[in-house]
Amino acid sequence: MEDAVSRVSDGDHVAVGGILFSRTPMALVREILRQRRRGLTLTRNLMCYEGELFMVAGAVERVVTAWMSIGLPWGVSKIMRHHVESGKVAMEEWSHLALGLRFRAGAMGVPFLPSLTMLGSDLMGVGGVKTLADPYTGATLAAVPALFPDVAILHVHRADRFGNCQIDGYPHMDADIARAASTVLVTTEEIIPEEDTRRHPDRTVIPGFVVDALVHVPFGAFPHECYGLYEADFDHFDGYAGAIDARGPQAVADYLERYVYAPPTFTDYLDLFGGERLALQQTRARDLTG
Amino acid sequence: MSFNAQELLAVIASRELRDDTTVFAGVGVPLLAAALAKQRHAPRLTMVIEGGIIGPEIAPGRLPISTNEMRAAYRATMLPAITDAFLFAQRGFVDVGFMGGAQIDQYGNINTTVIGEDYGKPKVRLPGTGGANDIASLCREVIIVTAHEKRRFVPRVDFITSPGWLQGDGSRERAGLLFGGVSRVVTTLGVLGFDPATRRMRIEATHPGVSVDTIRQNTGFELLEAPAIAETDPPAPDELDMLRALDPDRRFLG
Repeated sequence: MEDAVSRVSDGDHVAVGGILFSRTPMALVREILRQRRRGLTLTRNLMCYEGELFMVAGAVERVVTAWMSIGLPWGVSKIMRHHVESGKVAMEEWSHLALGLRFRAGAMGVPFLPSLTMLGSDLMGVGGVKTLADPYTGATLAAVPALFPDVAILHVHRADRFGNCQIDGYPHMDADIARAASTVLVTTEEIIPEEDTRRHPDRTVIPGFVVDALVHVPFGAFPHECYGLYEADFDHFDGYAGAIDARGPQAVADYLERYVYAPPTFTDYLDLFGGERLALQQTRARDLTG
Repeated sequence: MSFNAQELLAVIASRELRDDTTVFAGVGVPLLAAALAKQRHAPRLTMVIEGGIIGPEIAPGRLPISTNEMRAAYRATMLPAITDAFLFAQRGFVDVGFMGGAQIDQYGNINTTVIGEDYGKPKVRLPGTGGANDIASLCREVIIVTAHEKRRFVPRVDFITSPGWLQGDGSRERAGLLFGGVSRVVTTLGVLGFDPATRRMRIEATHPGVSVDTIRQNTGFELLEAPAIAETDPPAPDELDMLRALDPDRRFLG
């Protein structure tokens, strides 16, 4: 894990896989914070509280996103407001599809993709999006620029030792993000034999030649969810958000100490939640997808 | 049967959805209203959810709190990549976009980005668009579902996050948005629409016990009136029963 994350440099543009509290590469997030990277640009379409951890740790200068909050029941992020309204962190907003198309253009190796989205809105000005005339009809289109992140961090269900990755359930944007990025770091719930990959090659969504480092980390997205395996731990979110209500950014600094800096390994981190809680979240996932 | 404002909103909104159509539903009351419509009068309504989920069923008591989780994907028929879910709308497959909004103006433009004039130095930084801009840009028709408060209904939004009719008079089409636009705004006080010529917001129906004057007093700009203003039928007992069964924990019904 330490070796994988040593590929991330200060000032890098880091794209985070999964979405909101689904399949967040939490073990990789934790290790980047432990290695005290600075000046990062963090891109994620829907940013959950991992973005708040980077903000309070002083690791991020700019977030590129469509939406940031822990989730609807927890309201507008006080930590985000604190950092963005004071100018400590810049927030560059794109529409969900436009940011998705930025990754897809990057994945395709083209400089931009034409689209009908965002036209006429003030979001065009935020990212400096230009329009272009359809060369065939003259119609106005948004020219959504490609994004080539320095690093992508992703969590997947299974991979073989060559880095061929398979994802169950909703694929989010991970396949595009992986292709667009220069360096790709992946954690996986399970390492499978090469023969298993060859038996179900249709399920491989990221080929090994795209991946730079692979680490085996069961529960690597926890307390966020991993489709079919474990549901997100909303009680944990309640506790986290409640502490912020009471104590502001200091609560996040304390959280960083307890969950990121203090536990030396991810297993030690999972022990803070306890085996009983992990088992309960597994049962809940099976109920919904079984 | 008595009902609260959220229940009224969800029931009236659900009646806007027809069978055999597709709806891009935002989480919260819009999704609840879509689930009610599917259960009551639109069994072949297909929900599209921005997390990359098509055709889910909503398990009573296990309402999703986000658009990207297993509860939202329960018994779905397809799980495409998020970008591809939106591209179904760009291709014209999604009949109705069903969404909420923080601040709305007389042309149905929505702001969920910043309060204040300066994007870089906002007075209040809101969570952002999520998929709302895309839904408002790309669905064939958009229905907004929102509480009716004067501070929400402003003459001009500070920031156009999701395009309605922009500045009216064909400005939406000139911006390059080939189809769509806001057709209805369902609120806690009534149902609003838009004048076909100017695209300014107008009153089309009042909810039981609500007067046109009350709607005007709770709106920060001058509303036009439809040629005939209807009165909404109150929620029927079967509508309320089904709705309450979907959200027994009162997560979104208050």
